[in-house]
Amino acid sequence: MEQTAEVQDREDSLKGVGCSRKRKEDARFVQGTGRYTDDFKFPGMLFADMVRSPYAHARIKSINKEKALALPGVHAVLTADDLKPLNLHWMPTLAGDVQAVLADEKVHFQYQEVAVVIADDRYIAADAIELVEVEYEELEVLVDAHRAMDSDAPVLREDLVGKMDGAHSKRVHDNHIFNWQAGDKEATDRVFEQAEVTVKQDMYYPRVHPCPMETCGCVASFDKINEHLTVHITSQAPHVVRTVVSMLSGIPESKIRIISPDIGGGFGNKVGIYPGYVVSIVASIVLGVPVKWVEDRMENISTTAFARDYHMTGEIAADKEGRIKALRVNVLADHGAFDACADPSKFPAGLMHICTGSYDVPVAHLNVDGVYTNKAPGGVAYRCSFRVTEAVYVIERTMDVLAQKLGIDKAELRRRNFVKVEQFPYKTCLGWELDSGDYHTALEKVLNAVDYDALRKEQQEKRAQGELMGIGLCTFTEIVGAGPSRNCDILGVGMFDSAEIRVHPTGSVMARMGTITQGQGHQTTYAQIIASELGISSDEISIEEGDTDTAPYGLGTYGSRSTPVGGAATAVAARKIRAKAQKIAAHLLEVSENDLEWEVDRFKVKGVPGQEKTMKEVAWAAYNNVPEGMEPGLEAVDYYDPPNFTYPFGIYLCVLDIDKRTGETTVRRFYALDDCGTRINPMIIEGQIHGGLTEGFAVAMGQEMPFDEQGNLLGNTLMDYFVPTFVETPHWETDYTVTPSPHHPLGAKGVAESPHVGSIPCFTSAIVDAFAHLDVTHMDMPHSAWRVWQKVHELGLDTPA
Amino acid sequence: MIPSEFEYHKATSIQDAIAQLGAHEDSKLLAGGHSLLPMMKLRFAEPPHLIDINGIEELRGIRLEGDTICIGAMTTENELIESEILQQHCPLLVEAARLVADPQVRNRGTIGGDVAHGDPGNDHPAVMLALDATLVLHGPDGERQQSANGFFLGTYWNDLQEQEILVELRVPVIKKGVGHGYSKLKRKTGDYAVAGSPVVIELDGDVCRDIRIALTNVAPMAIRAEAAENILRGKVIDDALIEQAAAEVLAVCDPAEDLRGDVLYKSHMGAEMARRSIRAALQQARG
Ligand SMILES: Cc1cc2nc3c(=O)[nH]c(=O)nc-3n(C[C@H](O)[C@H](O)[C@H](O)COP(=O)(O)OP(=O)(O)OC[C@H]3O[C@@H](n4cnc5c(N)ncnc54)[C@H](O)[C@@H]3O)c2cc1C
Repeated sequence: MEQTAEVQDREDSLKGVGCSRKRKEDARFVQGTGRYTDDFKFPGMLFADMVRSPYAHARIKSINKEKALALPGVHAVLTADDLKPLNLHWMPTLAGDVQAVLADEKVHFQYQEVAVVIADDRYIAADAIELVEVEYEELEVLVDAHRAMDSDAPVLREDLVGKMDGAHSKRVHDNHIFNWQAGDKEATDRVFEQAEVTVKQDMYYPRVHPCPMETCGCVASFDKINEHLTVHITSQAPHVVRTVVSMLSGIPESKIRIISPDIGGGFGNKVGIYPGYVVSIVASIVLGVPVKWVEDRMENISTTAFARDYHMTGEIAADKEGRIKALRVNVLADHGAFDACADPSKFPAGLMHICTGSYDVPVAHLNVDGVYTNKAPGGVAYRCSFRVTEAVYVIERTMDVLAQKLGIDKAELRRRNFVKVEQFPYKTCLGWELDSGDYHTALEKVLNAVDYDALRKEQQEKRAQGELMGIGLCTFTEIVGAGPSRNCDILGVGMFDSAEIRVHPTGSVMARMGTITQGQGHQTTYAQIIASELGISSDEISIEEGDTDTAPYGLGTYGSRSTPVGGAATAVAARKIRAKAQKIAAHLLEVSENDLEWEVDRFKVKGVPGQEKTMKEVAWAAYNNVPEGMEPGLEAVDYYDPPNFTYPFGIYLCVLDIDKRTGETTVRRFYALDDCGTRINPMIIEGQIHGGLTEGFAVAMGQEMPFDEQGNLLGNTLMDYFVPTFVETPHWETDYTVTPSPHHPLGAKGVAESPHVGSIPCFTSAIVDAFAHLDVTHMDMPHSAWRVWQKVHELGLDTPA
Repeated sequence: MIPSEFEYHKATSIQDAIAQLGAHEDSKLLAGGHSLLPMMKLRFAEPPHLIDINGIEELRGIRLEGDTICIGAMTTENELIESEILQQHCPLLVEAARLVADPQVRNRGTIGGDVAHGDPGNDHPAVMLALDATLVLHGPDGERQQSANGFFLGTYWNDLQEQEILVELRVPVIKKGVGHGYSKLKRKTGDYAVAGSPVVIELDGDVCRDIRIALTNVAPMAIRAEAAENILRGKVIDDALIEQAAAEVLAVCDPAEDLRGDVLYKSHMGAEMARRSIRAALQQARG
């Protein structure tokens, strides 16, 4: 007994996997000593600011820089014509398209970059951009994606006219980007023709923006003497930035250093390469001094990567008992003026083909058409993994519609269709292999926790009194951790990730990863993985990321890939170290390697109490007493190419009440059960879930980027764009089950995006449920008071009693 | 997000401020800055001179003079909320101030700036109408007093004359038989009203002796719903009458469509806020 307690104490003191260790990042953040990109100031540094288009579609007739150049403190005004000789007026996008760095003869969206002013400081730059005179000739604007492929639609991309071979498919119209399909169309159509029951629902997932607290920016510093370029940048993928910058500039990667310092949130907004980055780098190379560019809030919301904007139709064929026979999904994807979606190269609509959800679907077909419109480019994974949010939305909404049509409770309908625990690993009909899951257990846990039957009874009573109460349910499966290099790459670089771990002579550890934290707490959690693997306290383990001069190459942090890929690399690298340590320990104890067993923080000779070497002792020996023929030192690197994605899942339930007079919604209860496999730091998981649910709440209830017919973006300030505070945010209840991933070294899956992906359809489900007895099957987001009231009013429910 | 160039001047007294307004063409007074500075940052406003009146002590503070409460124009929203005089004698102002913007704005934004600015979304203009406040204005020709009713003429347009400063706002203390109500619908904390309605009711026994129903952000400026008031004045107010009054409020609304709502929604919300405020004021008046 005593010995077990002693072992337990030693294990606890490691603060390893499973420990709710406090975040190591927070000390500097709460004391205001974090270092963000805009905090970097260098001698002689200049400031770049953009002249932007007031029009969504117009020809540039002339640009006059004279007055701006005459303003004292202005160093340069650059336009597309100035970048042309360098061939940098256009740049490649991650999606196989090109994007204008500065508008070349034409502007394609409101706020597009037309010219850049370089000045002594941001105040002079702000005055100078007003002095640049641009003459425009307005052109017909295309805002409605449904009109994009009409024969009389204005042609947006004149640079592509006649080029009908797109990056992903043939283009059938000048405004067409790609057609992309998955599954078996004929077989699916056949099932639909003969099905006992079919449902079909159109839905629009509005264009939204990740809106991180820190906007995008960079400081480019070119050292003319050493021909060395350093860029401090708000990037979720610094190594990819280095590769792209090298490809664009011709500077060897070895002479480019990209540093992502502290980042104030990314949520997908900081994956791409933006014109502001390119022009700062060009300006620094030309002028030989550091050049800073930082967006303001309106620029951030208006121009750097948006998310979603999918017009979707979900159809299910089923039998009378509600068993799914086939799924059909059609998508019209509005990608804006340039296709700059951040997706693995082979997937122009991301991982949309995860749209079979948590269900045993025999056959399915997905069809996606991407089109150009006069809106900003982007289409990033906003706190999600490449369109999984859209995929989950369409399947969960369509499931609710089926339940309604059949008069089967929506929880029961899911019970009947879930992939069963014994079916895992489960191959979906659209080509994915769900690694593990136990959906039924999780669903029953949630229904019991909230007393679902009692809620339904209460709802009956409320309805009888004319009140609007809604119960929402979402039973989602995510796909995260991109990804196996056989199907995932970015610009041809496989989507592996990396870790490099060094154990110092005194047993402390320095580790570096190819990922980059933006609020996820990597400094805390990676250390916990190493602590458990090596038996060294996480307090003695330092984690560094974001500097391409020191960190191993990695694809970065988005799509919940850090734990599934970077975390796996960390565990595997640590295991390489432990394997070497075991050899050293055997040498020190003069036994064979196989005579040793590992216990928490030490190797013990089996059956010989007291004969043992701690990892710290081994670390010391690694630098002075290694076995014959072994190289000294104790470090390892791992580049981990995951065999599969991981598939976290969750069951979310929402209860809300609607004020019929104002359309306001009160979320009374939100119960979120998540299963992310092995839990590395439960406190951090809880925090990530709260943050993700809050962002999901924001998207469902208020966020949207509305455009008028002229393509003017109407809501690009925080007065209009909904970022909830504590006042609006509901109370969250969280719960979990643990179904480890069979292929991940730790059994861990991603977690921080599940609450965003899962909560959004749950809110819609609840809002629609409040009206379900009135034959309402769907309502588009955002469910703002105004929009909800419109439904109330349309149904005549707001007339005073 | 960066204003164009301007000169900053600090006024030392009301007289000095008036003189500076005369000396610098197109100058603007700077109070809390929470309406003026955002407009300057967006370059919607580009005044070449700002005259800061924050240092003028005589513009601050709340005092009781008999049945009248005198509020200095430079009193901040948070000072209104914390004022014991107002809590006791004019709950409507405290309630309204609590619903203005967010804590940061309330730390600096002033009641005088809120009333003088002319944004139909500001809460205090309608509150002043409902309270039948008197505004004390100083200009080159001395002091004049003007009823709030009649002061608000349109969006960013009021009866403030050139070189005039709003110095004080005077409101009556609440008495037995009088009730206040304020309702405001907003999308989120820190937002302006979708619609708001302050209401003051004076009862004589069960009969409504007088009532003032004012509205925020449902017309080019703060307005009174006089037709609605006429339905209730002199009557014993019941639910049916409130519905008739609400219909009149709906009819008088003339809001501008924006992301808070279209004309239909905002008008209905104006009516609903008035309905709620009438009920609350009635309850308070009945004691
Ligand atoms: C995010 C945000 C949300 C807001 N929400 C609300 C809200 O919900 N409700 C609301 O009522 N307001 C709201 N406001 C506005 C805020 O209350 C302002 O503080 C107020 O409108 C103006 O007061 P100020 O003291 O800041 O005046 P300033 O901005 O300094 O001045 C405004 C104008 O009034 C003039 N002026 C100021 N004082 C005087 C004076 N004594 N005599 C003559 N002219 C004068 C100035 O010259 C200027 O033209 C919000 C503001 C922000 C930034």
